[in-house]
Amino acid sequence: MPEVLVLVDHVDGEIKKNTYEMLTAARRLGEPSAVVVGTPGTATKVAEGLGAHGAEKIYVAESDDAVNYLSTPQVDALAALVERVSPTAVLIPAGADGREVAGRLAVRTNSGWLNDVVDIDGQGAATHSIFGGAFTVQAHATTGTAVISWRSGSIEIEEHAAAGTQETVEVPAIDESKSAKVSNRAPIVGGDRPELTEANVVVAGGRGVGSAENFDVVETLADSLHAAVGASRAAVDSGYYPNQFQVGQTGKTVSPQLYIALGISGAIQHRAGMQTSKTIVAVNKDPEAPIFEIADFGVVGDLFSISPQLAEEVGKRSS
Amino acid sequence: MNIVVLIKQVPDTWSERTLSDADKTLDRASSDAVLDEINERAVEEALKIKEAGDATITVLTVGPDRATDAIRKALSMGADNAVHVNDEAIHGSDAVTTAKILAKAIGTVDDVQLVLAGNEATDGRSGAMAGMLGEVLGWPSLTHANEMAVDDGTVTVKRETDEGTSDLAASLPAVVSVAEKINEPRYPSFKGIMAAKKKPVSKIGISDLALDASEVGLAGSLVQVDSFAPRPPKSGGQKVEDEGDGGAKIAEFLVGQKLI
Repeated sequence: MPEVLVLVDHVDGEIKKNTYEMLTAARRLGEPSAVVVGTPGTATKVAEGLGAHGAEKIYVAESDDAVNYLSTPQVDALAALVERVSPTAVLIPAGADGREVAGRLAVRTNSGWLNDVVDIDGQGAATHSIFGGAFTVQAHATTGTAVISWRSGSIEIEEHAAAGTQETVEVPAIDESKSAKVSNRAPIVGGDRPELTEANVVVAGGRGVGSAENFDVVETLADSLHAAVGASRAAVDSGYYPNQFQVGQTGKTVSPQLYIALGISGAIQHRAGMQTSKTIVAVNKDPEAPIFEIADFGVVGDLFSISPQLAEEVGKRSS
Repeated sequence: MNIVVLIKQVPDTWSERTLSDADKTLDRASSDAVLDEINERAVEEALKIKEAGDATITVLTVGPDRATDAIRKALSMGADNAVHVNDEAIHGSDAVTTAKILAKAIGTVDDVQLVLAGNEATDGRSGAMAGMLGEVLGWPSLTHANEMAVDDGTVTVKRETDEGTSDLAASLPAVVSVAEKINEPRYPSFKGIMAAKKKPVSKIGISDLALDASEVGLAGSLVQVDSFAPRPPKSGGQKVEDEGDGGAKIAEFLVGQKLI
């Protein structure tokens, strides 16, 4: 069986759920090998989880420089492995950092790059969702190795016990003239709420929330549902909520089981980031708000009374 | 210092976007086209460097005839000249091929020290062109810049993505991609608009870049699109007026859907 490489998605050894999704997808294509690029000690932290989700091999590329240069350590390690094991595909998380790694790897190894993939079959036919979910596209790479940027939250994770045999990969010294040096690195830590793009439930607020203080209402409902909090561009531009929580064309694309839109009118820009959600619930004062056109359940009314009532009802049922 | 700014004309995200049935590429004719907003910020950043010191700004685009509008806009903001790569053969190029074409086109400008680009176009959304271009050129790429400074052969950047923040530094020549918060682009002045009409635009094809038609476009691409389909439109479901029980109604619905 051909090898399939999966770049482990982690922050300082804290593994992200997307890694297990990619391992699940990789098993359809061949034998998954996880690739850990991080500072010394990272592999020890993540090895058990990788083995439990189908990683037959774990390639370990550890060095202090792994966090000191932008994307180059990952590209170098993966390119060396592509040359050595000729994998049928390399799966890489589709976040900002991952896409950069994927694009550079595709250039360096002259491989076809399939970006923002949400599904893949055993023949390597990838499904992409484009224009914010308005179209699905089937494509494949014509090269021996496909570089695949995997959008998190796309498929169900499957557990699968595998050997998880660790093997050290020699990391080439970084060429300073070709790499950007990183300092003052501050990864965003999500706090207690699930990460927006990985959450099963997202509760998002828009202009109708009215102020930064009022976002408490959105957060309270989110916490009752163990949901991530999102915001529309209007809410972010008005300073109600931080930029990294923006859902939409210029923000994040989410596809949770349940999306609850509070005080969001539902402009195309916003819908582009959330319309592939499985179930959409909307609350808005304006009965003509376009969000109702795509909502499975809509309530015309005041979010400040409806949202707390819903949070209370949810609380009753979970206790 | 010579600066190249990459610009791109994209379908307006406020208009309906679609793909072409014939060859499964972006149907650029069916929607309104605009200069991608993030590109204006890249032009603005180049203009700031020029105003603080001395620089010549070349805008570079790869695209069909009507990309001329995007070029004019950038020139009227204050860029000095333009290179427009326009060739039928390029149509349908994938991201890897596009990076190679851009690198060749940058090679037509003398002694480039800095390439500026937007961090992510609103159409393709690959969000990685700066990194890919750096890879082709063998230059460092500093991406998602919310602040940048060029000083004494070094470029420094404050980077911000959804995943966190960091400071970046690299020696020139380098590629920098700018993010939304870096600046507010200026509006072209009347004088700027008039001056833009006289600024040189070099129109070139792939033969000027020593590329063969088999290396670009659909022929040269490393990925092949097999099919596409519009997602079935999601229709609205139930809509109710809140009569003091809106929250409870939603809860009932969610229970029915086994979501709570």
